Amino acid sequence: MSSKRYVARSTAIAARVLGDETMVMSATNSTLFTLDEVATVIWESADGATPLEEIVAKKICTQYNITPEVALKDAEGFVESLAEHGLMLLSDKPIAQSTTALGKTK
Amino acid sequence: MSNLAVEMAGKALKLGIPLSVHLDLTYRCNERCVHCYLDHHDHGEMSTAEIKDLLDQMAAAGVFYLTISGGEILMRRDFFEILEHARLRTFCIKLKTNGILIRKQEADRINALGVESVQISIYSHVPEVHDAITKLPGSLEQSIEAIRRLRAHGIHVVIANVLMAQNVTDYAGVRALAAELGAQFTMDPTITPMMDGDRSILDLNVDEAALREVFRNESLVGARIEEFCAPPQGPDADQLDMLPCSAGHTACYVSPYGDVYPCVQFPLPSGNVRSTKFVDIWRDSPQLNEVRSITLRDMPTCSKCTHGGTCSRCPGLAYLEGNMRGPSYQDCEKSYARTGIPSENLKARKASSQPYHSLRLVQIHGLHPTVEVFTAGVIENR
Repeated sequence: MSSKRYVARSTAIAARVLGDETMVMSATNSTLFTLDEVATVIWESADGATPLEEIVAKKICTQYNITPEVALKDAEGFVESLAEHGLMLLSDKPIAQSTTALGKTK
Repeated sequence: MSNLAVEMAGKALKLGIPLSVHLDLTYRCNERCVHCYLDHHDHGEMSTAEIKDLLDQMAAAGVFYLTISGGEILMRRDFFEILEHARLRTFCIKLKTNGILIRKQEADRINALGVESVQISIYSHVPEVHDAITKLPGSLEQSIEAIRRLRAHGIHVVIANVLMAQNVTDYAGVRALAAELGAQFTMDPTITPMMDGDRSILDLNVDEAALREVFRNESLVGARIEEFCAPPQGPDADQLDMLPCSAGHTACYVSPYGDVYPCVQFPLPSGNVRSTKFVDIWRDSPQLNEVRSITLRDMPTCSKCTHGGTCSRCPGLAYLEGNMRGPSYQDCEKSYARTGIPSENLKARKASSQPYHSLRLVQIHGLHPTVEVFTAGVIENR
């Protein structure tokens, strides 16, 4: 990938962290999705200001036994899939939007 | 519920997370429905700040499904401020309203805030019947207009049809209306007691014959009607350890005054968010923990009843009938109407009732004039 890619959670969603997973529902069609532990890390880090490459390097590769190239390729596919369902916004520039702070289970 | 939703509910149960909360913002209402179980006076509703703080606490506790109801939710002037805050906390939001106050501007804002669904009660497709139940002239027309405005945005609208003596023949008409409006149709044949325990409104419940007809209506029940109405086989070992419902397990109710209950239909006071943190009530309330301890095995009669494994017994209705581990006769009667087989509780009630006397004529001599009154099989002179 030649340019940086920024990712932000859509505001048209309902979401909640449930243990080590995240429940996400599209507000447009009420389809429910769950994100696993690694996907949850990317989801929670998708603040619109941090490039995906940096999220992968700092939050994934430091925690899991995976090479940056493979992790980034996986992450690219994951965020594109979320974007197709209207759950995530993608841009080559930082994304400014109202903060949708997630409630976490304690 | 989808498989994934069931799976997540199971996970929430395991983790002790209150996945669903029903929050009533107010008991005030612009309708005066004959079957309503609420006291409509404001006895000190939570402020905007208190509700926002509660929403923050609920999000932190893991609440995902949030039903915002009342009373009439739009009677609160801060309704949209509350809804906006709930949206920021990424709840999956369902609204319950009569729609009377949803005009174009309100429909636009609801659409912009992205709710999962809006449920509106329609009692009949006949204005005279609906308006007589709500006691608000013109209310059917206004509720239908609200549905049209919401549907114009593509918002998922659910029409809730509560069945009672006054509208027992109208559900097909309401169903057709829902189809015409592009709304989902749901029907509830149960009138519940008032929150203060007053049971007088139960007289509005439809009779057993009408209930039986509903349970045998293929268009309502679906193609597996024979299976639905089949004689039950009694609970198996797994069913004896099953939880009665989600109340207190993954769901609870919060009143406009901050009182927490296991369910909107289960008025067992379990704490108040004005004095205790929501999550502390959820985890530590002795009342909620008692509700959590109940399984079918603990119920002396229901556990031996042939309906035990398939009955829709509501612990809240049982509580309102006097014992949360005891019978809910309303559900016993539904099981009977569905299958034609009386429950153990109905049999026991019948056995303990007053002995039946054949018709008898009681005549008091010497009183004139006399008027004959036929009351419960006994002719009396008055």
